[in-house]
Amino acid sequence: MIFRIDRDVLAEAVAWTARSLPARPSVPVLAGMRLEVTDDQQLKLSGFDYEVSAEVTLEPQSGEPGVVLVSGKLLAEITRALPAQPVDFVVDGAKAVVTCGSARFTLLTMPVEDYPSLPAMPPAAGRIGSDVFAGAVGQVAVAAGKDDTLPMLTGVRMEIEGDTVTLAATDRYRLAVRELKWHPEQPDFQAIAMVPGRTLADTAKALGGTGAEVEIALSSVGGTGEGMIGFSSSGRRTTTRLLDPEFPKYRSLLPTEFSARADIPTASFVEAVKRVALVAERNTPVRLAFRGDEVVLEAGSGDEAQAVEVLPVDFDGDDINIAFNHQFLLEGLGAIDSDVARLQFTTSTKPAILTGGKPVDEGATPDYRYLIMPIRLSS
Amino acid sequence: MLPQGGGGLADDSGCPILHVDMDAFFASVELLDRPELRGRPVIVGAAGARGVVLSATYEARRFGVHSAMPMTRAVRLCPRATVIPPSHGKYAEVSRGVMEIFRSITPEVEPVASDEAFLDVGGARRRLGPPAAIAAMIREQVAERYGITCSVGVASSKFVAKLASRQCKPDGLLVVPADGVVEFLHPLPVAALWGVGERTEQALVRLGIRTVGDLAQVPVSTLQREFGAVGAHLAALACGRDERPVVPHTPDKSIGNEETFPHDVDDPEAIRRELLRLSERVAARLRASGQVGRTVSVKLRRSDFTTITRSRTLREATDVAKEIFATSCELFAASGMDRVRLRLVGVRVENLRPAGTAARQLSLGERETGWREAEQAMDKAIRRFGPDAVRPASLVRPPSGPMDL
Repeated sequence: MIFRIDRDVLAEAVAWTARSLPARPSVPVLAGMRLEVTDDQQLKLSGFDYEVSAEVTLEPQSGEPGVVLVSGKLLAEITRALPAQPVDFVVDGAKAVVTCGSARFTLLTMPVEDYPSLPAMPPAAGRIGSDVFAGAVGQVAVAAGKDDTLPMLTGVRMEIEGDTVTLAATDRYRLAVRELKWHPEQPDFQAIAMVPGRTLADTAKALGGTGAEVEIALSSVGGTGEGMIGFSSSGRRTTTRLLDPEFPKYRSLLPTEFSARADIPTASFVEAVKRVALVAERNTPVRLAFRGDEVVLEAGSGDEAQAVEVLPVDFDGDDINIAFNHQFLLEGLGAIDSDVARLQFTTSTKPAILTGGKPVDEGATPDYRYLIMPIRLSS
Repeated sequence: MLPQGGGGLADDSGCPILHVDMDAFFASVELLDRPELRGRPVIVGAAGARGVVLSATYEARRFGVHSAMPMTRAVRLCPRATVIPPSHGKYAEVSRGVMEIFRSITPEVEPVASDEAFLDVGGARRRLGPPAAIAAMIREQVAERYGITCSVGVASSKFVAKLASRQCKPDGLLVVPADGVVEFLHPLPVAALWGVGERTEQALVRLGIRTVGDLAQVPVSTLQREFGAVGAHLAALACGRDERPVVPHTPDKSIGNEETFPHDVDDPEAIRRELLRLSERVAARLRASGQVGRTVSVKLRRSDFTTITRSRTLREATDVAKEIFATSCELFAASGMDRVRLRLVGVRVENLRPAGTAARQLSLGERETGWREAEQAMDKAIRRFGPDAVRPASLVRPPSGPMDL
């Protein structure tokens, strides 16, 4: 197998493929990256750890068909460091030789016949703009649990009903829900998928920024390729195994009636929370007291350092004292993607809802909702 | 008026610290119910192959029996001894009463164990007289009210007081005058010093330092070079300096329970059942003490005595058995010991703080009243109807006797 390709193109593709390689592979061969020049002169780079697969298809300047498996991590480090010149990749017996300018590397190859074949993509289900998708996934994945002992909460739930996709994630302490439109292949397409949150966020980010569309491959309920979701865009495709679709019945948990509402400029709110949170330890609350047209933010206690700050607020409703984990509040404020943050409450022990700014139409359900559970203070 | 212990008459000005230590505590309490055993060797501890000596009368100690010794060995050393299984409730009751006597003298009482405490009587002098008189009064009151004896060390610092009480045991009183500390200490072996365990002792002996007097001769800088920060501590102790105050209440750093199986167990189901029982006990103790803890740890000892502990810090502090048990099971499952023969398991909750100050992160869809309330109701039922009133179904044993059918 031989190919020649531009250094930047190769380095970027290798780096993207190497992302999904396992850090501690269960079988040594899974640390490898598979490189193949097909009969029609295409170069395919792929990686797979039985959960996530990634494959890039490139057009090399020249090539002779063949396939080889080399250490993915090493190849990524080498290509990143190569000078900006064409790269020649030649397989010679059990060795692969990478030449670029005056640099030359000899790599050991791994037994490609032991490498698992990549899972087939499920049938294409629809398309969505990569930037919109990346933004929406980022807004929701922030609320996904990071605790692997509760796998059900580490996922992002994707519900597809025709042209509407609803993404939802919760770690029990907050819940983020985003609705968006997409272009399904079939107008009446329906599916539910629990995608591992971290993988989805990485994938969406890696496919975003190109302005191209992402094709989502997912079988409808009972269809072939169930248990798998695929994303592809501009020559890159990735698949990941789905989690158990079990998820809390979250819609009934989202309150729809409130006794108070506060609109606060997002930037100054974030600044103020960050400042008072300096005296709050991890997992300790920032207390908010809404009174008329101002909110008093406080953190810390009499035994330790204390901080207090007052912000003007556009407030409507009954005065309320409520406390939140400052990290949860800040992550929510970072996700709403709006100049004005709207907080809505019922009581100090009931969920509060954070949304971005004034909805165009008062009363309409906003596209993005971030529910946050308060911290109950001992009286 | 002073009981025996000639040291009681020494100069006790400048000696406000008392160390009170019950003599052979558990054994002495048992003798109250078995007066016929007085003057004979008695050992308290579980009799089985796995039992250890918890306490032994001085008659038994003469044969070399001491606490923490395996019961099998103790019985070999002293075959004539009467072995009494422990009944902790009885000891706790006497212990509480004794601590109350101390607290009636001064609030500055620092319990070290159920059978020993430090007292700072500096503030009680005007009311009750000099420290030696107070010490004698304590010994009298304990003997009168509970029929057991204790030994009291009176000194200027905690560690000297503790050494003094040890030296005048049993049923003694010893005052180490403030200007006599050095003379008292220097003939003692280095192992007597607080913080000198087997390793440090060996290291000291290698340097030719055998007695506290030897140690006092060594320049601090040399000790610091050899032992780091501990060196300065050793030098201070060798001169009788111990700045630790009597702290009336040291909050618990952790609450835990452990259980040695009568026979090694490798059935994961049986081990989980034991974890549940221990979790219930630990949670009840947490609630009784008004504390919550964030770190749960599990101790697993294999039949060859190798021991591992695994711990996990929870998001939220807890005093709920269900949560402690769930975490314990996860730790056990992750330990890779689920098919290993185990001798002992333990459950412990660390990172404690008062339950009252704990702000609680509410979670989605959580009911206003949950397991915590259920377990508080269990506490109430148990207080009223006894320890077996309510417990998890998997811990209910079938009736042991043959059933009449």
